[in-house]
Amino acid sequence: MTADEVVAELRSGMTIGIGGWGSRRKPMSLVRAILRSPLSDLTIVSYGGPDVGLLLAAGKVKRLVYGFVSLDSTPLEPHFQAARQAGAIEATEWDEGMLQWALYAASLRLPFLPTRAGLGSDVPRLDPGLRTVRSPYPDGEELLAVPALPLDAALIHLNRADAAGNAQFLGPDLYFDDLFAAAATRAYVSCERLVDTADLAAAGFASLRITRWMTAGVIESQNGAHFTSCAPDYDRDEAFQREYVAAAKDPARWREFGERYLSGTEADYQRAVKAQ
Amino acid sequence: MACADAWRGDGELLASPFGAIPSIGARLARATFAPDLLLSDGEAVLVTGNWAVGDEPAGPVEGWVPFRSVFDLAWAGRRHAMMMPSQLDRFGNMNISAIGADFAKPDRALLGMRGAPGNTACHPVSYWVPRHQARVFVPKVDVVSGIGYDKTPGPYGLRLVVTNLAVLDFGGPYNAMRLVSVHPGVAVAEVVANTGFDLVIDGEIPQTRSPEADELRLIREVLDPREARYREVPLG
Repeated sequence: MTADEVVAELRSGMTIGIGGWGSRRKPMSLVRAILRSPLSDLTIVSYGGPDVGLLLAAGKVKRLVYGFVSLDSTPLEPHFQAARQAGAIEATEWDEGMLQWALYAASLRLPFLPTRAGLGSDVPRLDPGLRTVRSPYPDGEELLAVPALPLDAALIHLNRADAAGNAQFLGPDLYFDDLFAAAATRAYVSCERLVDTADLAAAGFASLRITRWMTAGVIESQNGAHFTSCAPDYDRDEAFQREYVAAAKDPARWREFGERYLSGTEADYQRAVKAQ
Repeated sequence: MACADAWRGDGELLASPFGAIPSIGARLARATFAPDLLLSDGEAVLVTGNWAVGDEPAGPVEGWVPFRSVFDLAWAGRRHAMMMPSQLDRFGNMNISAIGADFAKPDRALLGMRGAPGNTACHPVSYWVPRHQARVFVPKVDVVSGIGYDKTPGPYGLRLVVTNLAVLDFGGPYNAMRLVSVHPGVAVAEVVANTGFDLVIDGEIPQTRSPEADELRLIREVLDPREARYREVPLG
């Protein structure tokens, strides 16, 4: 498959989960393919970084479900700030652990999972659909019932994968990519390098957390997480991220940035990055 | 020193400091009076030994803590975080989410709730404010990200608020914020003038502890030789 073929299987109005964390191992080539597509009115679920920023800047998002949006080395995401401050999206802002619970519940086909996180805070005030549940045991504790959040599709980027859709992380953290994949009707993996199945086990069984029953499609996308980090294959491109942040704060510069980097194909993008 | 003393008595908890000075404080605490603290490299592993802020840790790795494990430690209560609030009120309600009356269209969008609701509900939390000002210490936060003592259920335990001027806790009536000590050279009146609500002030306010000679040596030579601390809080 190609990134554009993956995106052709998505529909406007879908709920789409995006793996990674902040500005780390984001499926950016698939996000860039969405930018090129006519998709709109998406509900995006993410431990948000520039994936969210780019989709917001392109007006692709109707509702955002998130615990934070950050570029890590730059704490605040400028497109996220602009979209929120313009009141341009429906913001479902939860504790970051609630997001994990919602995906985990969906992956297990449970209606909810209980937690103390969120109680007493403004999370339930700002999301009045949330309900509490009382423990049926002698403690009788009242807990927040985090509703399952099934995804129509999930997009994740891993270091290695095989053609069958088994995928492998080689960096320090899987993040919640397995939960995004398992919570989704269809999960799509992009990877730095497609390898033979026989080459997967050498890095250790614990790295094989995405298996083919979870995934509907796989593409090879070298440097596909750029400009986010994809350890150990590459670090975050901090210089490029700074350029992105500076451009995002100024409409004229953002148009230039779009023309230089986002107006063509993924191959054009990678060429423009190399020429930078 | 208050940023080190905050971790005193924590035992085998994961110390999660946000900011340069809390990081120096947590590492100093482990190097001296709190040897059982667990410290992460800021990415995904627990490391032993001492290392300077801004550097990669040199000490051997003693455990793997991807974000999922940090969430588990947090909800299990085996963590003490020192977070940086954008707003904080007298009962310890804390905001890192958004500034402004209308959440749907805030004046300024910040990070988001992050883990603040769960952290404050489940484990000890302290706060670090590098610039003590009335814009941070507000009568009422715009968004409650971390919960204060006027909420039901209340926080697991809010320990200390450390600022560039003073140390505060929630030892006042109904767990209201109380002035514990002022740093050397700071007047109580200066703290009061930069706080947007009435602080509980009980009698004579002592001075914050200054570092001992061995602590000062550790800070200068090992934990912060390039003086990141003065970039966070410039010398008066």
